[in-house]
Amino acid sequence: MPVKEKEKALPEVVREARHPLEKWLRTDRLPHIWCSGCGLGTALSALLYAFENLGWDPDSIAVVSGIGCAGRVAGYLKLDTYHTTHGRAIPFATGLKLAKPDLHVIVFSGDGDLFAIGGNHFIHAARRNMDIAVICVNNFNYGMTGGQLGPTTPVGARTTTSPFGNFEHPFNLVHLAASAGATYVARCTTLDGRRLEKAFVEALSHKGFTFVEVLSPCPTNYGRRNRLGEALDELRYYQEHMIIRHGADPKDADIVPGKPFLVGKFVDIEKPTYLELYQEKVRELGGG
Amino acid sequence: MSTPITRRASPILSGVHFMNGDEAIAEGAIAAGCRFFAAYPITPQSEIAERLSWRLPRVGGMFIQMEDEIAAIAAILGASWAGMKSMTATSGPGFSLMMENLGLAVMTETPCVIVNVQRGAPSTGLPTLVAQGDMMQARWGSHGHYEIIALCPASPQEAFDLTVKAFALSERFRVPVLIMTDEVVGHMYERVEIPPEVPEAPRRKPKVPPEEFLPYKPEPDLVPPMACAGEGYRVHVTGLTHDERGYPDMSPEAHDRLVRRLVDKVRLFPHEYTFYEEVQLEDAEIAVVSYGISARVSLGGIELARKAGIKAGLFRLITAWPFPDEAIFRLAQRVKGIVVVELNLGQMSREVERAVRGRVPVHGVFHAGGRIHTPEEVFQGIEEVYRQCR
Repeated sequence: MPVKEKEKALPEVVREARHPLEKWLRTDRLPHIWCSGCGLGTALSALLYAFENLGWDPDSIAVVSGIGCAGRVAGYLKLDTYHTTHGRAIPFATGLKLAKPDLHVIVFSGDGDLFAIGGNHFIHAARRNMDIAVICVNNFNYGMTGGQLGPTTPVGARTTTSPFGNFEHPFNLVHLAASAGATYVARCTTLDGRRLEKAFVEALSHKGFTFVEVLSPCPTNYGRRNRLGEALDELRYYQEHMIIRHGADPKDADIVPGKPFLVGKFVDIEKPTYLELYQEKVRELGGG
Repeated sequence: MSTPITRRASPILSGVHFMNGDEAIAEGAIAAGCRFFAAYPITPQSEIAERLSWRLPRVGGMFIQMEDEIAAIAAILGASWAGMKSMTATSGPGFSLMMENLGLAVMTETPCVIVNVQRGAPSTGLPTLVAQGDMMQARWGSHGHYEIIALCPASPQEAFDLTVKAFALSERFRVPVLIMTDEVVGHMYERVEIPPEVPEAPRRKPKVPPEEFLPYKPEPDLVPPMACAGEGYRVHVTGLTHDERGYPDMSPEAHDRLVRRLVDKVRLFPHEYTFYEEVQLEDAEIAVVSYGISARVSLGGIELARKAGIKAGLFRLITAWPFPDEAIFRLAQRVKGIVVVELNLGQMSREVERAVRGRVPVHGVFHAGGRIHTPEEVFQGIEEVYRQCR
């Protein structure tokens, strides 16, 4: 039955009920395009709960996405949202933030978008301590284009472009972000909505370049080709293998199939942002 | 730095100056109200970035040197959506890197200005030497069918004036406007007069409250008003084919409707952006069609032709794109032959041939770049076409 028909068949009390997060969404764009079992919905609702928690004026938030499954997040949010070109969400967000420093600028995208085609922008925005929060939903492959290998695909993993197993070593995104200069770095899984929400609240309210990696199942592509079972099996895998440890050394955050992996908060430091240093000089020059 | 700048009440550097074309572009941007510039260093563009890194903080503007030209154009699009007038500047290799996001600017109707100080190419080519080989790339470099505006200054003064104009046109049409200059105009020092005041081109704003606003519903002139980030309209902006709400729509009908509007909103109003200059064309039998530095050099060739008894004149393209078909067709009805002078092996000349519709012979005086033409080379071209059409 089409969604609209289903809705009509519901009792009035249910039809009238509104989800508490609905005000953040373009409900006329639902249902979303994501596969069942995908972690993007969990990551998105954790972000909305984080917005509720922070109490920000929705008009002060801008969300920028690149291309891919995660790149579609921007389109579902009832905010000023920008669905840009592949890999270029971060420099677009940089322009938004610098031109309107009062905006809270969030980049929400995937591992391929942010770390393959967009990798250069990520490290430079982190180096500059650009005042934006970057959320990466890492599903270990390119989901939207049909499941090709990406910069986080583990060695040996099968994808549509690594039919004999992946010959490339993956990035440890936590270590990469920390080395490039991010002032807040955390990793969570979509098993853990509460911790995810907390990490988002911290990353969004922290000054400077902040980064949250969200590990997510991709049952349609990555999970299926690597015989990881249903989405729930992937979440069970997270439960059995993740070790929550705050303050761990980022270089120990490698993800190797079958081995335990670290989640938690790795970096939480303060340093001047590009905007702070720039605006200080502007005031001195009398241009402000 | 040629011009000492003391603290002034106005950000505009009014007065008479001795500056090069690159610096004039930087000052033109500031005069036009541009307060955001992002770029990556490249010869022969660097003087624009250097000057703006020094000028923008003084007028409360924002300068950032990005990690590459892809990032530079992405940043100016972001800044434009935050409500600022924004610009980037580059040369051939960087211009190639900008092509994908030039398409994003077209699709999302983002006003911005992109400067290309052309140098010898393909590839790294001649980094410090002149050429005009990116003219077709300016027109067709990004994928898909679209329409942009490209202007070609022939002097530092015109570099200033056209930069101001470029910002006005980008706001009027909500398209990226390209300044297609060249290394010689960029590095040539001349007198530049900057007026005391420059009217700032307004951005077209929504006229209805947020709940009634459709971000891609055009006004009668096919251009929609623009709601920027933080203004309460909560718009979705995407490079995907979209409907009037800004939502993705993958139907062939929606795509054809959108692409047609993006093209027509520019194409239907040529009188607003078609600029050219005519020199000694009143009695001319032979017209030289040229632009940028090549047009300046052509004047020398025309002088030689007149001394040799050939009545020649100059038609200088100021607007390269959209190409002034009508004006060139009218020109073909007035003269017996046309010579096209450009620093490539025939790009705008193809447009001239097309617009002339076979009425008169069109002869090209081409050089791949590295130096400008000599007046003698232009003269020889004029002589040749004169012989042909006698």
